[in-house]
Amino acid sequence: MGTKSGIFDMIGPVMIGPSSSHTAGVVRIARAAIRVLGGVPDTAIITFYNSFARTYEGHGSDKAIIGGLLDFKTDDANIKVSFDLAKEKGLLFNFKSIGNASVYHPNTIKLNLTKGDRKVEVIGESLGGGVINIAEIDGFNANFSAQSHTLIIKAEDVSGAIAFISSVIAQEKTNIATMSVSRKGKNDIACHVIEMDSGIRPTTIAYLNSLTWIKELIYIPDID
Amino acid sequence: MRFLFDSFVGWKSHCENHHISLHQAVIDFEISQKNGLEEDIWLGLQNAYSIMKDAVDTGLSADMTSRSGMINNGAKQVYKHPLAVLSVDFQKLISRALAAKEVNSCMGRVVAAPTAGASGILPGTLYTLQEIHGLSDQKILEGLLVGAGIALIIEQKASLAGAVGGCQAETGSAAAMASGAIVYCLGGSIDQVFNAVAITIQCMLGLVCDPVAGLVEVPCVVRNASAAAIAFSSAQIAIAAVSSVIPVDECIEAMGEIGSSMESRYKETAMGGLAATLTGQEISKRVLIQDIEILPDEHSS
Repeated sequence: MGTKSGIFDMIGPVMIGPSSSHTAGVVRIARAAIRVLGGVPDTAIITFYNSFARTYEGHGSDKAIIGGLLDFKTDDANIKVSFDLAKEKGLLFNFKSIGNASVYHPNTIKLNLTKGDRKVEVIGESLGGGVINIAEIDGFNANFSAQSHTLIIKAEDVSGAIAFISSVIAQEKTNIATMSVSRKGKNDIACHVIEMDSGIRPTTIAYLNSLTWIKELIYIPDID
Repeated sequence: MRFLFDSFVGWKSHCENHHISLHQAVIDFEISQKNGLEEDIWLGLQNAYSIMKDAVDTGLSADMTSRSGMINNGAKQVYKHPLAVLSVDFQKLISRALAAKEVNSCMGRVVAAPTAGASGILPGTLYTLQEIHGLSDQKILEGLLVGAGIALIIEQKASLAGAVGGCQAETGSAAAMASGAIVYCLGGSIDQVFNAVAITIQCMLGLVCDPVAGLVEVPCVVRNASAAAIAFSSAQIAIAAVSSVIPVDECIEAMGEIGSSMESRYKETAMGGLAATLTGQEISKRVLIQDIEILPDEHSS
């Protein structure tokens, strides 16, 4: 888990019931995922795992995930009627359930989202009290909480990449809270996930984006 | 500051070394972790407390019938009943904890403190504490800060999620927060506050999460009421300087150990306990859509 919890994770979030794991956390997972995608999706396949597999419907997690995909906050009364609003916005969705996936946390959701030509797969875990961990993005380990400012960079596996990226961020006068790098193989694409204490400037994001060895950059400011 | 919310011992020695109160340490921690302003913290707490009180009032006035029908305006019934089995204050406490939790079950607006499944406990206890003792809002907010500190440590050492640690992790943690807050608001010492937490955890240990039909309704709503009662009983014991014998950090560790050895059918999966009873199963068939496909594990080897 990335950033340590604070007061308002314990006395909060303010949310629509009934369950912080099944409603608020689920909304947050979806809101993080649409930021990875870059907007409200056209289509969504939502897979509920383990504890979620049997109970998601009774807890209203189905309404919560659709509400989150529409970017509703955890205390938005529209969550109750998110299916109707999804229809209005042209979001097509369906649900799947998978039990006994021992490799996953008890409360895990996989989101396969599309928007135009863009496709992403995000795996999120609802840790309780509305706190989340985004475990994977497109098969790369991610492990961020979306509570701080997060930078996700997919880049060629070049030497010095980690030092370079962290030195650019250092110029922004923000601290790196966590940084993880994973790759699918030697000289394959590497995925850098960096959680920062505060935001960075658009010009810096544009600069990083302009580098040829950086293939994709996603910046997620804290989501609420 | 870094180690402050890893243990109660650390929290206490931090306060003693810096000559600050328990709630001030929580504020300092929050500012150091989140780069926030103290003013915003107080505003956030005031907002949370007013939503808690709204939930109590809503649950005691608006219609509270859940989709399943299992929750059906019980809080109002308790509040209005002519016979108080213990005292009128006790009757109000129980009905208020029920009320706020019913709002949550009926997809209303609550503060998850620490989780939505336990969202009736702090509202019921603090509302009633404030009324009985004529405490200022400021004092209650300080109590909330102490409650937050308690939950931060429990999250580190055990868990706050029913799916990870059972009901003890949710209603047990909320009761511990409430009990510590009560003793703090009434002027108890650090040891008395921590004893209240320890005693509450001792009373809540082992509680499984077995919600009927997987809904946060039965037994969650009544457990919010019993947890509120335990918060007060533990506070009464602790404020008289009676020791918990087992130190609070070790009580939390015991909760973590019990949670990790608890079978998954008792962790919010709706497969054990009350959910697995004959009536529980019948309700489940009636209220849940049955054609959910459980695919085989796609990662099994």
